[in-house]
Amino acid sequence: MSLEQLTYLFVVGSFVIYIAIAFWSRASNTREFYVAGGGVTPLANGMATAADWMSAASFISLAGIVSFAGYDASGYIMGWTGGYVLLALLLAPYLRKFGKFTIPDFVGDRYYSNVARVVAVVCVMFISFTYISGQMRGTGIVFSRFLQVEIDTGIMIGMAVVFVYAVLGGMKGITYTQVAQYCVMIFAFTVPALFLTFSMTGHLLPQTGLGATLDNGLPVLDHLDGLVTELGFASFTEGSKSKIDMFFITAALMFGTAGLPHVIVRFFTVPRVRDARISAAWALVFIAVLYSTIPAVAAFGRINLIETVNGADNMGTPYEEMPQWFKKWENAGLIAWYDHNADGRTQYAAGEAFTGRQHKPIYWGAAEDEVARNFYSNQRHVVNPSSGEFDPKVQPFANEIYVDPDIMVLANPEIAGLPNWVIALIAAGAMAAALSTAAGLLLVIATSVSHDLLKKTIRPQITDRQELLAARMAAMVAVLIAGYLGMHPPDYVAAVVALAFGLACASFFPVIIMGIFYQRMNKYGAISGMLVGLISTICYIVYFKFMGGEPQDWLLGISPEGFGAVGMALNFIVAYLVAHLTPEPPKHIQQIVQNIRVPGNSGSAYY
Amino acid sequence: MKQNTKAAEQYWRRNLQIIFSYLIIWFGVSFGCGIVFVDELNHFNMFGFKLGYWFANQGSILVFCLLTIGYAVRMSRLDSEFDVHE
Repeated sequence: MSLEQLTYLFVVGSFVIYIAIAFWSRASNTREFYVAGGGVTPLANGMATAADWMSAASFISLAGIVSFAGYDASGYIMGWTGGYVLLALLLAPYLRKFGKFTIPDFVGDRYYSNVARVVAVVCVMFISFTYISGQMRGTGIVFSRFLQVEIDTGIMIGMAVVFVYAVLGGMKGITYTQVAQYCVMIFAFTVPALFLTFSMTGHLLPQTGLGATLDNGLPVLDHLDGLVTELGFASFTEGSKSKIDMFFITAALMFGTAGLPHVIVRFFTVPRVRDARISAAWALVFIAVLYSTIPAVAAFGRINLIETVNGADNMGTPYEEMPQWFKKWENAGLIAWYDHNADGRTQYAAGEAFTGRQHKPIYWGAAEDEVARNFYSNQRHVVNPSSGEFDPKVQPFANEIYVDPDIMVLANPEIAGLPNWVIALIAAGAMAAALSTAAGLLLVIATSVSHDLLKKTIRPQITDRQELLAARMAAMVAVLIAGYLGMHPPDYVAAVVALAFGLACASFFPVIIMGIFYQRMNKYGAISGMLVGLISTICYIVYFKFMGGEPQDWLLGISPEGFGAVGMALNFIVAYLVAHLTPEPPKHIQQIVQNIRVPGNSGSAYY
Repeated sequence: MKQNTKAAEQYWRRNLQIIFSYLIIWFGVSFGCGIVFVDELNHFNMFGFKLGYWFANQGSILVFCLLTIGYAVRMSRLDSEFDVHE
């Protein structure tokens, strides 16, 4: 079978499985639709949480980012795993004991205020829509790369699939599809990584292979450091960011992870408090399988790239001799070459090979167009080369290559020379990563509308059946909006994601923590703290990301990505001060706080 | 509920002690070894890794896993001890 047929087989086959699972475990009441009936085992919930959490970005892009940024990207690795320690120790068990359906439920009840509930709903919506548009875009990109379908068509197919299984199955349906999706994505990610590690180092595990010694007698990382510094790049294992900035970025990602609504809500689905603790541990273990593999994939990928492009003698490789994967991804627009020194050889070094915004190549004509290619070498013509100047004291030649970071995962099986079915598997895995996260977010949005806004605020008298219908309708509308956002992405996707994490970190995390660990916290403190955290974070990020603020004006050198942690600190301080100047919360609220601290009798707390 | 209040307070205090000690380790391996003292630790070499780099990219994940597993086990025992398990 050809690669394309195999890819279709795997992708369509996995879709059929997801929809079948959703049909078999469809929701018949709101409790099943919101929290899967509260009967999910810790192991299954751990897998579902891992799939829910690991998005298209984790699967496709993170290894590439680590590959090019080295140590500077370790904030992502520590932040996106360390957040689960906070979830397991500080949030999951108590929120499970509390026994409601959503975060706004907790905020509204604990702070006996519908104002607090509505502020929480607004945050949930903002965070979830920001995130889901990226996932929809992700499915579109996967379709376009592996199956040569237009991005917008791919998004529509992704919408249709999510639509069927999330609207029909609710939380119960997506829980079991996420278990299947985790298996698909982890298999697709680790198999090429294992092969790559084995072929380069002889080690079986990527985690130990990264410390292995190569044939030339150097450890992998020392060899890589040598290669990149010779070419004028910063060292791979040492950072160039300031320590304080690293510290705050890592903190914002960590506390933001612990405050993300679609992750927290997964812990409402297990039967008992101890199951919430156990499933948080499972979730982290399942996530760690992927995240601890990423640094190895990143390092091996970078070594391969440098040695393939620059050749064994570090003089460059004639374009005609470049391997097939280089040309394939050149056709897909993820690689470009401009021969600055006109020697017919590809050379990769520090600096940008192309000019313009983000230094992306602009090709002349389409990939299929014979006229848009060099008559002799058949390379694609590019119209925006940079000046090609370089400092001969720092590097041997100018950079001639553009490489999209996603290549590090997408092209891995081809670089390692793996069979076609593994390449086809990567497509199914990337799709699973995008769809599972999208479905989780969709559920959170639908629940916020039907439960927090409709049932709890606007029309408390509606029946369970009406509420379930409203949840399904809200999910439908949310799919359409998410698809639209995916087709017309906001200009600065990365900046908007920083905003989502910053908001989760500066709003939800502190307000939930104080609700559990500080009995004296009242509604005045919580609401003012949330507003101060939110507004300060939004202003800082918007000023520096969208209104042209300059990095030298950063407060203490903290970049916008890390400011959520400052917003969180402000939230804590303001909440504490205001709570002490205003009356303490009513007795029955204090009783609730004491009650959620101790397990037992949580049964199926169902209101 | 009344006669249980004292036991509940004690359970909560023990829980807070456990959380606090675990969070010190959590902070130490990530923010401590992985960021603040990374340059000092990078002078040491372990199985082909610079130690600071290893903590930031591998070691912290490993310790995080051990912490969450340890907490789940430890708290299950505490629940039984105070007879609050379900």
